Amino acid sequence: MEGKSDCMIEINNVTKTYTKGNAKVKALDNVSISAAKGEFVVVKGSSGCGKTTLLLIAGGLLQPDSGSIKINSQEINKLSQENLAEFRADNIGFVFQQYHLIPYLSILENVNIPSLAHQTNNTEARAIELIEDLGLKRRMLHTPAELSAGEKQRTALARALLYDPAVILADEITGNLDEKNALIVLEKLTEYTNSGGTVLLVTHDDKVIKFADRVVELKAEE
Amino acid sequence: MKIGLLVVKEIKRRKLNFSLGLLSVIFAVASVTGALTMLKIHDINSDKLISGKEKETRERLAVLQDDYRKITKKLGFNLLILPEDQNLSDLYADDFAAKLMPESYVDSLANSRSIFIRHLLPSLQEKMIWPEKHRTIILTGIRGEVPFLHKNPKEPIIQAVPKGTIVLGYELHKSMQIKEGDKVTLKGDIFTVRKCNEARGNKDDITVWIALDEAQKILNKEGKINAIQALKCHCAGNSLAAVRDEVHSVLPGTQVIEKGSKVLMRAEARDRAAREALEAIEAEKNHRKSMRKEQEHFASILVPVVLFGSGIWIAFLFIGNVRERKSEIGILRAVGVKEWKIMKLFLLKAVIIGVLGAIAGYFAGLGTGGILGGQFTLKIFDINLLLIVLIFAPILALMAAYVPATIAARQNPANVLREE
Ligand SMILES: Nc1ncnc2c1ncn2[C@@H]1O[C@H](COP(=O)(O)OP(=O)(O)OP(=O)(O)O)[C@@H](O)[C@H]1O
Ligand SMILES: [Mg+2]
Repeated sequence: MEGKSDCMIEINNVTKTYTKGNAKVKALDNVSISAAKGEFVVVKGSSGCGKTTLLLIAGGLLQPDSGSIKINSQEINKLSQENLAEFRADNIGFVFQQYHLIPYLSILENVNIPSLAHQTNNTEARAIELIEDLGLKRRMLHTPAELSAGEKQRTALARALLYDPAVILADEITGNLDEKNALIVLEKLTEYTNSGGTVLLVTHDDKVIKFADRVVELKAEE
Repeated sequence: MKIGLLVVKEIKRRKLNFSLGLLSVIFAVASVTGALTMLKIHDINSDKLISGKEKETRERLAVLQDDYRKITKKLGFNLLILPEDQNLSDLYADDFAAKLMPESYVDSLANSRSIFIRHLLPSLQEKMIWPEKHRTIILTGIRGEVPFLHKNPKEPIIQAVPKGTIVLGYELHKSMQIKEGDKVTLKGDIFTVRKCNEARGNKDDITVWIALDEAQKILNKEGKINAIQALKCHCAGNSLAAVRDEVHSVLPGTQVIEKGSKVLMRAEARDRAAREALEAIEAEKNHRKSMRKEQEHFASILVPVVLFGSGIWIAFLFIGNVRERKSEIGILRAVGVKEWKIMKLFLLKAVIIGVLGAIAGYFAGLGTGGILGGQFTLKIFDINLLLIVLIFAPILALMAAYVPATIAARQNPANVLREE
């Protein structure tokens, strides 16, 4: 099938239940979502409906109770920890609401961080290019603490784009941003999908919808 | 990007965490180095002290040896040549020899080409009652020194008693209140008192000396003597046998005995001094040894306690560091950094702490040990110890950081990345 080879993200019947003491919280119940190559998919849902959980499972940072995840034709929950890390380094870029920048590194170094997971790490030119592209040139040698929320998120996006991954998984990335910064970030993601990248963005923010090729609603479990 | 850059930047950023870890290693290494340096100084001091004492003893013994040699040369042995049939038990019991030999023996000896013997003093002695004074005396007739004819006679060492004079022992002149120049009668003959001797504390104090031929006349023993004293013998080494052989070859019917001489006493004293000095050195050695044992014992408790404490301390610091860097570890995992590389992030830091701590701790310990041990020379510097701490301090830090590093690597990145 044509669609199959085109399918970059394939989440099939994923279920995840958190256990905290005796209490069980079903975060995901039999969820299936897919995204084709070059597609910008927005997963919309209310707070606590399992959006972040879905994203972490899609990126192989969390194991589902059942179901399968295929990214770039690779069934990732069959990979060993080692191979999964390598796969992530080569195929997936994460952007989180909380940026997760390393506080003691400069913006340039932060953008360059994924090179730690690669053999070829002459990525500084590419990092500078991304930084300039995202309007952070004057901030390059600053530390994250000296940046605004928008600048931080742009830095995180530059970091995710460093190795030009097949997929970007983005979690509520506009949550802390003003209109202007949100626009910069979303336009950059659109540019990325236009050049063949696939985006899975989870959010409860309706502003994002106009950038989406497709919107999927995620319902909270009772 | 290199992982080393991350480690160095993190250290620069979180100086307190790093410094506390470093201090702990410095303290541990300094304790070990300090303890070992003090032991080393103890050993150096012990060696110096003991070898100093040994040198001193050697010098003192050399002086004694030299004295002995000089005295031997000067005095030689005091020999007593007696008639062969003189029973030595009687000699010692009676304080004089009673058996007789011809006076001509002296001349025979004097005329012989003796190598060893000098200063011949013939004498005739007998214990008797001084009839006029009712006293027991030892009457001694002496002739003065008989010179060897073939040798240059030097100043005689004992003056003869001239005829008609008498020399009295201390006990006699004192109790009878006789002064030099007085006249006394002995067996009817009148003598002028030539000399009143000082107290000697031996049989000399009841001895009366007169000329040999007058004594022979009084005792009715003309031409007889009891003994020949030979003084200042140049002896062939310490060999009395050689002297004996020589005397026997000239005077077959005699025996030669050695009188208790100063030389012997000196020799004995020297041996005793040597023995005592050696015992003192041995005692000092034992004392230093037991002191060292005490220090060793102390070090053997201190060192493991300090190492263990320091290890625990470093482990806790690393656990704190891991907690602080949860988000960092989470994102590193998200970008695909492998678990072992996360561990490396912490272990590399531990090695840096270990190496820097070893160098700083070594010199701190050397300084402290030097000050406490009271010695500050190049001798206390021990390159081997430096190498050992350079190897073991990083190992200690690595061991302490291993569990926290494992915790960091195993940490579930989802937990921290989900947080909002
Ligand atoms: N470790 C956990 N233990 C127990 N329950 C958890 C755990 N993590 C998440 N949950 C619960 O699982 C559900 C889904 O959580 P998740 O973070 O995926 O939701 P979300 O859609 O991302 O919410 P938000 O929009 O607020 O970010 C929530 O009800 C949450 O309380
Ligand atoms: Mg969320």
